[in-house]
Amino acid sequence: MKYAWYPGCSAEGNSFAYDETSRMIAEALGIEFQEIDDWNCCGATEYFSVNQLPAYALVARNLALINAEETPQVIAPCSACYINLKKTDEKMAKYEQLNTEVNVALAAGNLSYEPGAVKSRHFLDVVCNDVGYEAVKEKMTQSLAGLTLVPYYGCYMGRPEDNFDHPERPQTMDTLLKTLGADVPDYSLKTICCGGHMTQLSAEASLRILRHLLEGANQLNADAMVVGCPMCQLNLDAYQKDVNSAYKTNYQIPIVYFSQVMGLAFGMDPETLMFERGIVSSKAMLEKWLTAEPASKKRRRREKRDKNALPMPKQLES
Amino acid sequence: MKKGVYICHCGSNIAGTVDVEEVSKWADDLEDVAISRDYKFMCSSLGQELIEKDIEEYGLDRVVVASCSPHMHESTFRGACQRAGLNPYFMEMANIREHCSWVHKDKEAGTEKSKALVAAALSRVGHHEPLVIQYAPVDKNTLVVGGGIAGIQAALEIANSGYHVYLVEREPSIGGHMSQLDKTFPTLDCSACILTPRMFEAGNHENITLLTYSEVENVDGYIGNFEVRIRKRARAIDEEACTGCGLCEEKCPISVVDDVFEAGLGYRKAVYRPFPQAVPKYPVIDRENCTWYQKGKCRLCEKVCPTDAIDFEQEDEILEVKVGNIIVATGYDAFDARRIPQYGYGRYPNVFTGLEFERMTNAAGPTTGKVVLRDGVNVPESVAIIHCVGSRDKKYNEYCSAVCCMYSLKFAHMVHDKLPDAKVYNFYIDIRTPAKGYEEFYHRLLEEGTIFIRGRAASISDVALTVEEEGKLIVTAEDTLIGEQRRIPVDMAILSTGLEARHDSQEVARTFSISIDKNGFFRERHPKLDPVATMTGGVFIAGAAQGPRDIPSSVAQGAAAAARVLSIIDKGEVEMEAATAEVNDLTCVGCRMCVISCPYEAIDYLEDRQKAEVNRALCKGCGTCVAACPSKSITLHHFTDQELMAQMTGAMNALFEIDGVLMPA
Repeated sequence: MKYAWYPGCSAEGNSFAYDETSRMIAEALGIEFQEIDDWNCCGATEYFSVNQLPAYALVARNLALINAEETPQVIAPCSACYINLKKTDEKMAKYEQLNTEVNVALAAGNLSYEPGAVKSRHFLDVVCNDVGYEAVKEKMTQSLAGLTLVPYYGCYMGRPEDNFDHPERPQTMDTLLKTLGADVPDYSLKTICCGGHMTQLSAEASLRILRHLLEGANQLNADAMVVGCPMCQLNLDAYQKDVNSAYKTNYQIPIVYFSQVMGLAFGMDPETLMFERGIVSSKAMLEKWLTAEPASKKRRRREKRDKNALPMPKQLES
Repeated sequence: MKKGVYICHCGSNIAGTVDVEEVSKWADDLEDVAISRDYKFMCSSLGQELIEKDIEEYGLDRVVVASCSPHMHESTFRGACQRAGLNPYFMEMANIREHCSWVHKDKEAGTEKSKALVAAALSRVGHHEPLVIQYAPVDKNTLVVGGGIAGIQAALEIANSGYHVYLVEREPSIGGHMSQLDKTFPTLDCSACILTPRMFEAGNHENITLLTYSEVENVDGYIGNFEVRIRKRARAIDEEACTGCGLCEEKCPISVVDDVFEAGLGYRKAVYRPFPQAVPKYPVIDRENCTWYQKGKCRLCEKVCPTDAIDFEQEDEILEVKVGNIIVATGYDAFDARRIPQYGYGRYPNVFTGLEFERMTNAAGPTTGKVVLRDGVNVPESVAIIHCVGSRDKKYNEYCSAVCCMYSLKFAHMVHDKLPDAKVYNFYIDIRTPAKGYEEFYHRLLEEGTIFIRGRAASISDVALTVEEEGKLIVTAEDTLIGEQRRIPVDMAILSTGLEARHDSQEVARTFSISIDKNGFFRERHPKLDPVATMTGGVFIAGAAQGPRDIPSSVAQGAAAAARVLSIIDKGEVEMEAATAEVNDLTCVGCRMCVISCPYEAIDYLEDRQKAEVNRALCKGCGTCVAACPSKSITLHHFTDQELMAQMTGAMNALFEIDGVLMPA
C-alpha cells in the first residue's frame, strides 16, 4: 500500500514525535509513504477567512505536486492539514470558477491540479479502515491492558459530514485502542473543540474549554488522552499547567498520539517512541503499563438485576 | 367537426400573465372551431352552462377548455359535456395555468405559449374516440388496518352504520400508542379511561371481526372488489377455551424487557397480555423468549391453565377476505433518541424518552406512577424536558412533529403535580400550541412555575465543572433570549422524541398500492381538499400514518375516512376507468413482457391462445405495458399514438405560425 505523505508544518516542530512514530507504525503495517517533494504549509484554519483564493491555491499546490498515477491518495497526520486538503479538492470540483482561478495561480509555478485526482485521507482512517483492526492485531506483541486511554478526536475527523467517522460519536480510535487491549471509557467530550488557535486570542476562553476536556478525562481516570492531531495535542499538553494554575486543579494527563501507543503495543522500544517530547510527563503512564499485571482470565460475573431499578435502554449498534 | 374553445381567466391567475381575449380571438379562426369564448371562471356553474348551451346551439361535437390542470377540473368539464349529451371523452383540457401563467412572467410569451397549448388540444381532441364508463358493484365489507385510536374510530363508525369491518392489528391488543399514555393534553383526562370503552366496543361489536396479532400480507383487486390475504399469527392460545384469567402469565418464569408497550421501561412475561385492559383478553406466547420454544422445556403455563387453553402446536392461520374498501391507519414510530448521541440516551441512566416518561407517570406502569430516577428509588429534584428531539432538524427530520410541545408541557405539569418541589426546565425552539385549549395550557404551565429556556439543547453531559454540577446531568444550550451559553444541572432529562413514519411504511404502502412522501408518511390524494383519500381508489388513510398528529385530529381523520367509505358503500357501485389498455390479438406474440411490467397485475396471459389480455376492471391506464410491448400490440385508449402525435403536431404548427413560418405540410 503506497500513499503520498503530507507531513504538515507541525511535524517539523511540536509534533515531531507524531511524524516519526507514524512512519514507524506505517513501516510495521506495510504502508509505504511517498513524502511530497517541496510541500508547503496548508495555511492552517485561519488563512481561508483572510483571503480565499490564495488560501485554496496554497493547499492546491501540495495536491498538484503529487503524482496522482503513482499515489492517488495522500495521507495527512494532522486533522487541520487533512481537512484543508479534502476541502480544497471538493470545492475545486464543485465550483468551476474557483477551479479555474486556482489553476491560473498554479500555472505561475508550472503546476496544475485536476480536482478528484488525489483523495485526501487522515492517517487514523488509513490505519483503521485500509489496514484494518485485524491486521493491527496481528502486529501486536504486547497488550496495552492496564491502561485507561481516553480517545479524543477534536473537530475534523467526523466533521463536516461525510467524513470518515460519525460527527458526534466517532468510534474509529475507540475501536483501535480497544483492539490494542487498553481500557477505553466512553468519553462524552471527544468531539468538543480544543479551541484551536484561540489560545492566542483569549486565554480565558481557551483555558475554559481545555479545562472542560481535561476534567472529563480526569473523571474517567485517564492514564493518558490519545489524539490524532498536533493542534489538539499542543493545546491540551502545553496549556495544562496554565489550566491548573487558573482553576486550582492538578491535572497530570499526558497527551499522546495514537501512533505512539500503537508503537508500545507493537513492541517498539518506548525510548524510540519519543514520549519525553510531551510537556506533561508520560512517565507514570509508562510505569503503570510496565508493571501492569497480565490480564487475569477471571470470568465476568453476570451482574444481578437490581429489583428496584428500571431497565436501561440498549445502546445503538454503530 | 365542430369544436368549441373556452379560455378561462381564473380571475387574475391566468389573465394576469396571459392575454386570454387574444388567445380566444386567435382560436376562433382555427380550422373546425365553431365558437371560441373567454370567461372569468369556467368552473363556475355559469361557465359550465355556457358549454352546455353551446353544445346544443352550435351542435358542438368536440370541446376544448383551456384553464387549470386536469387534476383540478377534468371531471367538472366532462360532466358538463355529458349533461349536454356529448360523450365526456370528447372534451380535452389545455393547462394554461400550472403549465403557463403560474410559471411565467412575460405576458406576451405566455400568450403565445397558451395559443400553442390550445392548438395542441384542438388537434388532439379531433382524434378522440367515445369511451363508455363501466360500473362495478361494491362489496359492503371494509378492511381497517391498524387498531390505534384512528383505526378504532373508523371501524366503529362503519360498524355502527350496519356494515361489516375486519379490524387487523399487528400487536396482541388494539389500543395503539394512546393506550400507553397516562393523561391526554390539554384536558388531562385519563387516556385509558376514555380509550378502553372504545376498545371494548370494537372488540365486542357484532359487525367487527377483530384480528389481532395479525398482518395483511397481500391485497389484490380494485375499489369495490379487493381480495385480501391476512396472516393470523399463532398465539399458542386456544381462544375458544381461554377465559383470560391470567394465571399463565402469573406463573411464567421468564421475564423480558417490554420494548413495545412499556417502551423499554418495564418487564413482561414470555406469555403475556400487554396490559390489563387488553382487547382481546387472550394472551400470546412470545416464541422468541419462551423456554419451551427455545429449549424444549418448561410448559408450566400448560400445567397451570385451568381450561387447557395453551396450545403449543397452534400454527399461523391464513385468511382470505373480500372487501370493497380499505382504511390504512398504521400509526407512527417514535424517533429513536439514540440517533442523537450527544443527548446520551442509552449511556446516562437518567436520560429518558417521552414514551418512557409516559409509562413512568402511568399509574399502571412500571413505577405505578411514581416519578423516579433509573435506580427506581430516588426522586429527581430537577428535571429538564428537551423539545424537538429528532424534529425540526435537517439531520434527522425537517418537519415539526406537532405533538411534542404539548406533551412536553403535559410532562412539566405531571412533574409539578407529583413532585411539587422539583424544578422543571423546558428547552424549546418555539412553543407551538395551535389548537383549542392548547395555548391556555401553556399559560397554565407558566403560572405553575415551569422554567422555559428558549434554545435547542446542544448536549447532555455528566462532566461536572462546579460543585453544583457534581453528580448531575448538565444540559447545555444557548439561551437565545438572553444571548448566553447556559449549563443547567439536573437530575433527570426527558427527550421529547418526535414522530416518524413506521419503519416499514414503504412495504406497507406497496402492499396497498399507495405512495409515501419523502418522510415515509402515506401520501394523501390532495393535501388540503382530500386528506384521507389516496391516489388508489378505495384505499383511505387516517391518523399519524399520514403525518404527525394528535389524538383529536386522528379521531377526526378516522371518522372522515369512514364517511368516505360509507358513501361508496351506499352508492353501491363504482365507476371504472374507461381509458384502459387493450391488446391487439392479431399482432400479440405472447411474449408476456406486458404481464411482467404491469404494476397492477391487470394483464393475464391466456395459455390456450398464447395471447395477453388486459383485465379492464383492474387496468389503471398507466401505459407501462404500451411502452414495454416489443410488437406495438397494445393501445391505451384516450392516449393512442395518433392522439399524442396530433397533440404535438398541433403545438408545433402553432409555434411555427406564431414565428411567421408555417411548418411544411
